[in-house]
Amino acid sequence: MTAAPIETRPAEGGAIETDVAIIGAGPIGLFAVFELGLLDLKCHLIDILDRPGGQCTELYPEKPIYDIPGLPIVTGQELTNKLMEQIKPFNAQFHFSEMATSLEKQADGRWKLKTDAGTELISHVVVVAAGAGSFQPKRPPVPGIETFENAGDGIGVHYAVRKMETFRGKNILIAGGGDSALDWVINLAPLAKSVTLVHHRDGFRAAAHSVNQMRELEKEGKVKFYVASVKAIHGEPGKMTGVTLAGHDKSEWHHETDTFLPFFGLTIKLGPIAEFGINLNENLIPVDTARFESQTPGIFAIGDINSYTGKLKLILSGFHEAALMAQAAFHIARPNEKLRFQYTTSSSNLQKKLGVS
Amino acid sequence: MKIHAVDRQGKEHTLEGRDGWSVMEILRDGGLDIAAECGGACACATCHVYINDGWFEKLPTPSEAEIDMLDMALAVEPNSRLSCQVICSDATDGIKVTVAPE
Ligand SMILES: Cc1cc2nc3c(=O)[nH]c(=O)nc-3n(C[C@H](O)[C@H](O)[C@H](O)COP(=O)(O)OP(=O)(O)OC[C@H]3O[C@@H](n4cnc5c(N)ncnc54)[C@H](O)[C@@H]3O)c2cc1C
Ligand code: FES
Repeated sequence: MTAAPIETRPAEGGAIETDVAIIGAGPIGLFAVFELGLLDLKCHLIDILDRPGGQCTELYPEKPIYDIPGLPIVTGQELTNKLMEQIKPFNAQFHFSEMATSLEKQADGRWKLKTDAGTELISHVVVVAAGAGSFQPKRPPVPGIETFENAGDGIGVHYAVRKMETFRGKNILIAGGGDSALDWVINLAPLAKSVTLVHHRDGFRAAAHSVNQMRELEKEGKVKFYVASVKAIHGEPGKMTGVTLAGHDKSEWHHETDTFLPFFGLTIKLGPIAEFGINLNENLIPVDTARFESQTPGIFAIGDINSYTGKLKLILSGFHEAALMAQAAFHIARPNEKLRFQYTTSSSNLQKKLGVS
Repeated sequence: MKIHAVDRQGKEHTLEGRDGWSVMEILRDGGLDIAAECGGACACATCHVYINDGWFEKLPTPSEAEIDMLDMALAVEPNSRLSCQVICSDATDGIKVTVAPE
């Protein structure tokens, strides 16, 4: 990756003040930084993913896109890298691996956006560039699985390993056949009481060297592997005692475990935006096509998340939406200033902002 | 060219296939609840279906890429396929599929 994102944490106990809070660091959220930046509006972006690019980097980093004007062929990752380079002069602040969870209007007319990591952003304008929603771990279809989530450190169901230490001395069950599943088998084996891997086949999409390492651990008796899937979870909410495993031949058996870590990648769920009080129609935010503002003044929606007559879910359309949104956002954030229309080619003022003159 | 599809509520739908289109596209256009987040790029495993009644064996074998991607699907069974990788043709006329749970 060319441009390393800058991460910030909130000042101790304090909310961060900025001009614009952008939910979603997909291609459209990123380009919004550019258009807002030309108008001197400062941005903070929030994304639940740990890197920029949204669908482009999560779903098709290596696949070529052919319909970006002026770039005959560019992969999802390359486009993201180029956007990061393009917006670098504006020094936007990124809050990665954070979910935007609540939005309220303050007495002074500005918005307060909170994340699940405790970040608070106070801004004049909120731009929802949330795509089809937030990327969240796939949850296996096991009855009652959600009651074992958030059970505490190292116990119950977890979709990510934040601190390895919390799994020390535990009986761990991991499901999946990708890199995350195998990496965690390998990394947790030395400190766990036991590690068991279940997968639907005796083959893995994970990198060959990880698979070899896992097979080695299996041979040494440090890891157990079954071609099986989890059918039921036992225990009380918050206190898992074991699971029922089932093979393809319909045989079932009990397996004792403290914790269950399913790794099946991510899926898109609309998520908390549904509770922000923004008017939604079939999980999309209806907007007008002059400002791309939702029905709540001061909250804009651009990219795949919005809907209007003729909408096309294309990156190119999102870029256009970002440009018009920025003009409207300017008047909210700078009510007493006059907006000057300028070209980047000829305006020395804009070029100074871009750091090229 | 027909596709018989059972949705997550257990309801059966008979849909008209289109030569050269993927089963995923037909299911989606037929209004079945199938996420197909990557739009058929074999990159998300959210178009997972079970192929029923002996149809699994009649289909061309899945590609290496599809088999790998199925590792990211939930509740995979021996008759699992990614519906975006199953292409409609005369040979699939009458195929029976069930949308997998999510
Ligand atoms: C396989 C594939 C191929 C494609 N090919 C093309 C193509 O050739 N040309 C083209 O123009 N388009 C293409 N598209 C579509 C294009 O990728 C989308 O239009 C584009 O990604 C939309 O950008 P976005 O920024 O609106 O949303 P996204 O890229 O979806 O990004 C939204 C981001 O918001 C985050 N988010 C949402 N809610 C929250 C929350 N509450 N808290 C924190 N973060 C949140 C998500 O995690 C995500 O990262 C393709 C899509 C796919 C899947
Ligand atoms: S639609 Fe994504 S893998 Fe089929």
